[in-house]
Amino acid sequence: MASNGIRDKVAIVGMGCTPFGEHWDRSVDDLLIDAVTECIGSVPGVEKDDIDAFWLGTMGSGSSGLTLSRPLKIGYKPVTRVENYCATGSESFRNAAYAVASGAYDCVMAVGVEKLKDSGFSGLVIPTPANDGTESELTAPAMFSLLAPSYSKKYGVDADTMKEVMTHIAWKNHVNGARNPRAQFRSEVAKETISCSPLVAGQLGIFDCSGVSDGAAAALIVRAEDAHRYTDRPIYIKALSFVAGPAEGPLDPAYDYTTFTEVVRCAEDAYAQAGVKDPRTEISMAEVHDCFTPTELVLMEDLGFSERGQGWKDVLEGFFDLGGGLPVNPDGGLKSFGHPIGASGLRMLFEMWLQLRGEAGERQLASPRLGMTHNLGGAPGACVSFASIVGAERD
Amino acid sequence: MSSDARRGIVSYGAYLPYHRLDRTSIRSTLGQGGGAGTRTVAGYDEDSTSMGVEAARRALWGAPTPESLYFATTAPAYADKTNATAIHAALGGSREGFAADLGAAVRGASGALRAAAATGGMAVLSDIRTGRPGSADESAGGDGAVAFAFGTGERVVAEILAQASVSAEFLDRWRVPGEPYSRVWEERFGTQAYLPLITDAVTRALKSAQVEAPTHVIVSSPQARAARAALGAFPTASRADGLELEVGFAGAAHAGLVLADVLDRAAPGETVLLVVAADGADATVLRVTDAITRRPTGDGVRDQLAVSREVSYPDFLTWRGFLDREPPRRPDPERPAGPPAARSQRWKYAFEGSRCLACSTVNVPPQRVCVHCGTVDRAEPVPLAATRATVATFTIDKLAFSLAPPVVDVVIDFDGGGRYGCQLADADPAAVAIGDRVEMTFRRFHTAGGVHNYFWKARPVREGH
Repeated sequence: MASNGIRDKVAIVGMGCTPFGEHWDRSVDDLLIDAVTECIGSVPGVEKDDIDAFWLGTMGSGSSGLTLSRPLKIGYKPVTRVENYCATGSESFRNAAYAVASGAYDCVMAVGVEKLKDSGFSGLVIPTPANDGTESELTAPAMFSLLAPSYSKKYGVDADTMKEVMTHIAWKNHVNGARNPRAQFRSEVAKETISCSPLVAGQLGIFDCSGVSDGAAAALIVRAEDAHRYTDRPIYIKALSFVAGPAEGPLDPAYDYTTFTEVVRCAEDAYAQAGVKDPRTEISMAEVHDCFTPTELVLMEDLGFSERGQGWKDVLEGFFDLGGGLPVNPDGGLKSFGHPIGASGLRMLFEMWLQLRGEAGERQLASPRLGMTHNLGGAPGACVSFASIVGAERD
Repeated sequence: MSSDARRGIVSYGAYLPYHRLDRTSIRSTLGQGGGAGTRTVAGYDEDSTSMGVEAARRALWGAPTPESLYFATTAPAYADKTNATAIHAALGGSREGFAADLGAAVRGASGALRAAAATGGMAVLSDIRTGRPGSADESAGGDGAVAFAFGTGERVVAEILAQASVSAEFLDRWRVPGEPYSRVWEERFGTQAYLPLITDAVTRALKSAQVEAPTHVIVSSPQARAARAALGAFPTASRADGLELEVGFAGAAHAGLVLADVLDRAAPGETVLLVVAADGADATVLRVTDAITRRPTGDGVRDQLAVSREVSYPDFLTWRGFLDREPPRRPDPERPAGPPAARSQRWKYAFEGSRCLACSTVNVPPQRVCVHCGTVDRAEPVPLAATRATVATFTIDKLAFSLAPPVVDVVIDFDGGGRYGCQLADADPAAVAIGDRVEMTFRRFHTAGGVHNYFWKARPVREGH
């Protein structure tokens, strides 16, 4: 894939992240003000006016740059609103980082926000323009539930074992989230509770689905050579990759619902940018898009953390647990945070920020070197995918 | 009796909607019904709740919202959900206040007045009267609202001397919930049923009050013939104008509207016999005190009757939902959502902006970060519902959905600071101009998904409003 990457050209020097949850008492404006204010406050000496340009990711909580400039009273600066389904927050970060790498700006901010609870809907509703009413009405849990039986069949994993794998993923992420003060759900959940939870779609129970929540996060981004003017412990961007699939899955009988081709392609690109040869051993930790438990399982293979058909074993053996060989979703993931679309990607980066700086508290990993974040949006066979790799050292 | 022991009305206010239906237009359209004179018509963006707000605002006379508020109407905007709380919120009332609805019957007015008088609270009586097209209820009905605040001592403008009641169960009019109009029994049956009840209540009330010949007599009843017959027992000079010719019978609000009209002109020492004859009879004897001179001028019942705009009979039917006309090809309005509406209660209902404590800029709607100086979280609420404004610019939107197109949008500058863009209610699109003076009015914007979306519009300042 033709991308040159921006390895070590850009650094994150400040971040902010609201608690995620049911913010009945907070508006979108409030969440944006809180995340941006925390982010700016994390960098001594930086003022709002020092920031040259802004990127705002939100799917349905506002339109245009005014969504950010109006509440924050940002004066006559470029503010770009981006949307890319569930990778929206990551997309704002990617574009902001590229703007600094290009030399166009010295100091930019990527912001992500979403307020899902106010709609009163259960689960995610993608805002749609006027249409002819012939589009599929399949819900997200239904679309992603297609992964589980396909995986079982292809790799000979019986249904009970498959359920056990899914349950372990949910259990693990709740264990991690219970150690995160910003998570929506902060309790460990017994495996029996998870596996016996009422079914939502296919084999997916309630606990196989991420929650609906509100949240916002922000990152301050500068040129790598300037980073130490802002902080002693910046984190450096090694790779940013994004692909939008051609959405051929729904039309292609060969597509078997055991992989996200888009993820495979964008992960390969990210590893090439970062010079990663063996992700299973070189990546210290990953925040991945666990919208539903089978998604995380498939991602372990698409991202190259497990051999094809072996991911379920790694899950059950605890390889992706907090104390495992490659901790996945150490902050609790979408399972513990819910999924405010525009904010999730930046929330994942926030965990990298904490872990790489040694500030993750109870869930701090021992000397992580490279971290990865991943989002996907859409449905199996028709999705967008994002991957980043970040590190504490500038090679 | 010493002034300390006085209990009664301390302030009041009436609201009559801007629109009138010429009753002759009913007959000219349908070939039946109608009659002489006009009836008041709530705007397409008004209901019993919004009119109740407008009346209650006029009844405050500068005082804060009373601790308790009792709302009576036969046309509640919501069932199951309290309507009085929206009125309370629109008045900027404190969280500790009490607000409740009474019934969906004309006699609820008596209940609200009794409860408010007993607790020193406010009774808000508001109604929209409908009937089958061409019916007597349709032409004889009227829309309007009135509010009375009660208290004790020197502030009392009309002291309660005595009250007497009779309750009776008989079928003279009724309406199954959900039906748009009431059914009535033969009028002569109602007349013979009511007259002895009225006589009983009046006799006992006057005796208790030790008043032989009240200065003003008001008899309000959905049974018009009974009311007229009961009034016949009193000298012509005592009979209050029942407002039938210009307003119509305004249901739960009617007795209060006539009382407000009487108080608008009453002199100290005069007495009032107020009779509500609905499912029984309630008689109250009041004596006007010297404090009546506190009443504000310029916004009384007669003042409001003097300014109006005629609405066509087809538009009247459309506004009331009896004529389902083709809407414009626009998306349906979306219902307001509960949590954000709850968060912004002081803005949405009380129309409070914010004033920056650093630079005094007024932000409308309220802002956490000042639009002028950028100061964060240093602002105080600024109530704007009673602040007048000047039209800075405006537009006429013919595409936007409305039951009374076209929509007029105005950008207004508030006296003392604050700019805001909003709809203009009760407007003649051809007459709007930059520099017009406007005031805020509480309205029902639309109803979607069964949710009424209440908020504020601007309205041209007119004498009488």
